[in-house]
Amino acid sequence: MAGITNEVSRPDRFRGSSGKYDRTSLKPKKQNGYNSKTKDKKLKAGLKRIDQQYKDAVSEAAATEYLLPETSGFLEAEDEMEKTFRVKQDEIRSAVDSSTANKALDLKLKEFGPYSVNYSRNGTHLLICGRKGHVASMDWRKGELRAELNLNETCQAATYLQNEQYFAVAQKKYTFIYDHEGIELHRLKQHIEVKHMEFLPYHYLLATAGQTGWLKYQDVSTGQIQAEIKTKLGPTSAMAQNPWNAVINLGHSNGTTTLWAPNMPTPLARLLCARGPVTGISVDRQGHYMATTGADKSMKIWDIRTFRELHTIENLPTPGSNVAISDTGLLALSRGPHVTLWKDAFKSSKSARPYFGSSGLADRNTPYMTSIFPGNRVTNMQFVPFEDLLGVGHQNGVRNLIIPGAGEANYDALEINPFETAKQRQEQEVRSLLNKLPADSIALNPDIIGTVDKRASATRLNAKELAEITNEKANEAKNNQDIPQAMPGVKGKNSGLRSFLRKKTQNVIDERKLRVNALLNKEKEGRQRNEKIRKGEIDEGHTDMVSEALSRFG
Amino acid sequence: MKIKTISRSSDDYVPVKSTQESQLPRNLDPALHPFERAREYTKALNATKMERMFAKPFVGQLGYGHRDGVYTIAKNYNVLNKLATASADGVIKYWNMSTREEVCSFRAHYGLIHGLCVTPQQFSPNQNENYMLSCGDDRTVKLWSVNTEDFSSIKNDEDVIGSGSGIKKAYQGDHAFLGLDHHRSKPNFVTGGAQINLWDTTRSRPTSNLSWGADNISTVKFNQNETDILASAGSDNSVVLYDLRTNSPTQKFVQKMRTNAICWNPMEAYNFVVANEDHNAYYYDMRNLSRALHVFKDHVSAVMDVDFSPTGDEVVTGSYDKTIRIYQVKHGHSREIYHTKRMQHVFQVKYTMDSNYIVSGSDDGNVRLWRAKAWERLSVKSTREKNKLEYDEKLKDRFKNLPEIRRISRHRHVPKVIKKAGEIKQVEIESLKRKDRNERRTNKSMTFTPERKKQIVGVAHQYRDDKDQKGESEHQE
Repeated sequence: MAGITNEVSRPDRFRGSSGKYDRTSLKPKKQNGYNSKTKDKKLKAGLKRIDQQYKDAVSEAAATEYLLPETSGFLEAEDEMEKTFRVKQDEIRSAVDSSTANKALDLKLKEFGPYSVNYSRNGTHLLICGRKGHVASMDWRKGELRAELNLNETCQAATYLQNEQYFAVAQKKYTFIYDHEGIELHRLKQHIEVKHMEFLPYHYLLATAGQTGWLKYQDVSTGQIQAEIKTKLGPTSAMAQNPWNAVINLGHSNGTTTLWAPNMPTPLARLLCARGPVTGISVDRQGHYMATTGADKSMKIWDIRTFRELHTIENLPTPGSNVAISDTGLLALSRGPHVTLWKDAFKSSKSARPYFGSSGLADRNTPYMTSIFPGNRVTNMQFVPFEDLLGVGHQNGVRNLIIPGAGEANYDALEINPFETAKQRQEQEVRSLLNKLPADSIALNPDIIGTVDKRASATRLNAKELAEITNEKANEAKNNQDIPQAMPGVKGKNSGLRSFLRKKTQNVIDERKLRVNALLNKEKEGRQRNEKIRKGEIDEGHTDMVSEALSRFG
Repeated sequence: MKIKTISRSSDDYVPVKSTQESQLPRNLDPALHPFERAREYTKALNATKMERMFAKPFVGQLGYGHRDGVYTIAKNYNVLNKLATASADGVIKYWNMSTREEVCSFRAHYGLIHGLCVTPQQFSPNQNENYMLSCGDDRTVKLWSVNTEDFSSIKNDEDVIGSGSGIKKAYQGDHAFLGLDHHRSKPNFVTGGAQINLWDTTRSRPTSNLSWGADNISTVKFNQNETDILASAGSDNSVVLYDLRTNSPTQKFVQKMRTNAICWNPMEAYNFVVANEDHNAYYYDMRNLSRALHVFKDHVSAVMDVDFSPTGDEVVTGSYDKTIRIYQVKHGHSREIYHTKRMQHVFQVKYTMDSNYIVSGSDDGNVRLWRAKAWERLSVKSTREKNKLEYDEKLKDRFKNLPEIRRISRHRHVPKVIKKAGEIKQVEIESLKRKDRNERRTNKSMTFTPERKKQIVGVAHQYRDDKDQKGESEHQE
């Protein structure tokens, strides 16, 4: 009997709970808002149909959860006394299956450290970058080295571009792009003294920041600089991209974190994250939460949808150097030789606040796992995409820590495929280039396109007005009236242009000065011509064909 | 301590043999798909651009065309690739559209041919072929074979065929015929002219005269679904509906200007569209003729012909302004304009029976073949290609109202003359509207006439209750 009572009707069985598939759940819901607004029957019916289609799509998407082949990992204590953070990497390695144990890569590279790590988007390749000039790209699962470079100069950072075929390395002065064999392809001479790099895969933008305090965006598909933004906050101390909306988060030495988009000269938002330099930033994959650490021994967890602080941990034993957030929402913090991870730290409840150690109190978020590199320092960390691993770069090499439950178990092969063949990789590259998003579409809300601008049409600028404004700005320098006109008839030394030039400081060469010089030259030529005509060397209507033809290059 | 980690066996994900398809697991969690909306929009934009890149509407002309203007085209409703055309010099050509060659060509009448139609198959002795009916200025209706062999004895198409080779039957009338159409299932046809006559193919004289009023009937059209219903348009700007079951006219409405062509909706039997001299086509419901269901605007000269797509959701019009336009039935403005440098006034447009192509006949004597969807190609496609195209269609539809996409998808190159004429017409209409508005503001007794009623002068009904007594009700608007 029980079997019968528990049975659900067939369509319901295949309908999952909508949950995460419902895109509208984040927004305030208006129950049948359109019904009251419009009297148009046709429109109403159309809206109703679209609404129904959307609901069907959501429930059908939820129903596909049955088909997901993998389940995510876990590490669970079996009784009260056991603590997961006491489990050591060696114990884990001996407990898990051999294929996972083999992935716990441990490279000891004493000479060129400290090392930083970067995994390609699908996690198949690892790029390591030693501060003293050792850069290597490898298929770490197969143990195949793809490229190894000894650059003999300081290397600050390295990152893969759209796939493992290209990578960028920030060297002592310039930034370079290399291909999969390590052949230098480009020297990006605009990117000077870069310390942090982020690649925005959907926009094909390489964003760099560093010592100069400039944030520069370079389109790697066309080679054009898309934006150069002056942060005006001194050297950048930390950088992270928000993978959900491609906004770049920069950490500065005055403790602020600023959010940037390439089409805005000022930051989209400024957050005060620490009372000293910000040392590490990380944003989760859905762009909901951000974690920052500062040199003032603090760590903060933010809800960056509302820019509200969720938790503040003020007095870490030592200042944190890096934070990382995994796909499943694990928070990793490194400080000196320590790496500490917490689970469920991104909830607003008090019990979610990360703590070190267990005080025996019940509602404390004790660490999920810890690890230590004795006598060493962690330089950077990155969770390996689609694996239960945390890649750690430290002074003496690179190591993968096994973190059960860190990775997304089920990948979407049409998005990022860790098992892709060369052919699939090529096709994916072409497809992603066709669907490249324009750089100026980056904004805090990535779904803004296709929505209705609810401002009144009177307060909105139309395309024509916008163009007028931008043209006006572009031509501002040209049209300004403070530069005197060239007057070839003037004999003496005291033409308007010359006196204008005298007012400007000698060592400043700007666009206006160049233009004044050009006008002066024109004036001089006109004078010489007048002189020649007076002497009878040339007649009134004489034109110098050669100089006229060449003048277009001048 | 319980531990589990993700461990994907490469056996499950990497194909073992080269012939094997690789595993492509999906995960529909939105967290794995950032920039969903923005990427879809980019795809839609690309798809729209591709659509305009592939938009090559002109397929070609049929054979070498006619020597004179093509004023009549008749569809074969039974066979996909056959078509009959007739020109002003009395020549009829029967075409094979797949090879774009003529099957037969002969001079059928003295002077202009006004009516041409292909009879249904059941009336021919060989069930796989049709006959053609033609009528013209020379007061005859002729029934023709469509076989090449029947015309093998003819050396040139200069001389009119009186008897023998190809001609099956000839009917003599009292007046010059202006229109002709055959009944869908019965051996009847109807002719227009000074009178509207119903004929039986087996008899040599018309069986009845359906005229209502004394004016010339220029076009007649049978309904293909409700087969006994028939519509005609006459030179007194009227459109009359007839019912063959009562053998009488039933309704009549008069518009401000002349109707040049009529076409019944093949899916909704009670709806029909008329091509009007006032640059518009009007869509009517025969149950309520006091207003139009839709007005199809955009032409800048008289609309000469109109035809429904066999799916019933699109309408093609040909106009005296030398362009062809395609309308969606639910939209008042055209989605497409076709023109060439050489095409003159378009007198005939017809959809082919698979609704993939449009045939046009114009003053310059050519019969042109166009794609109904300019960007579509009918070649055999792989499943992947098909899926992509379907996906693109959906995306284009979803983002069609976004400014950039709308701009690109609506952009057409229009001849300067037409563009200019359109602009002038716009100004005219605006000033007329303004005048009307101003008049109504000062004169409260003036009523507002909606756009769908403006063209209608009056509607009349005629009921025949029994054979002797005629109950007639008319009202004028």
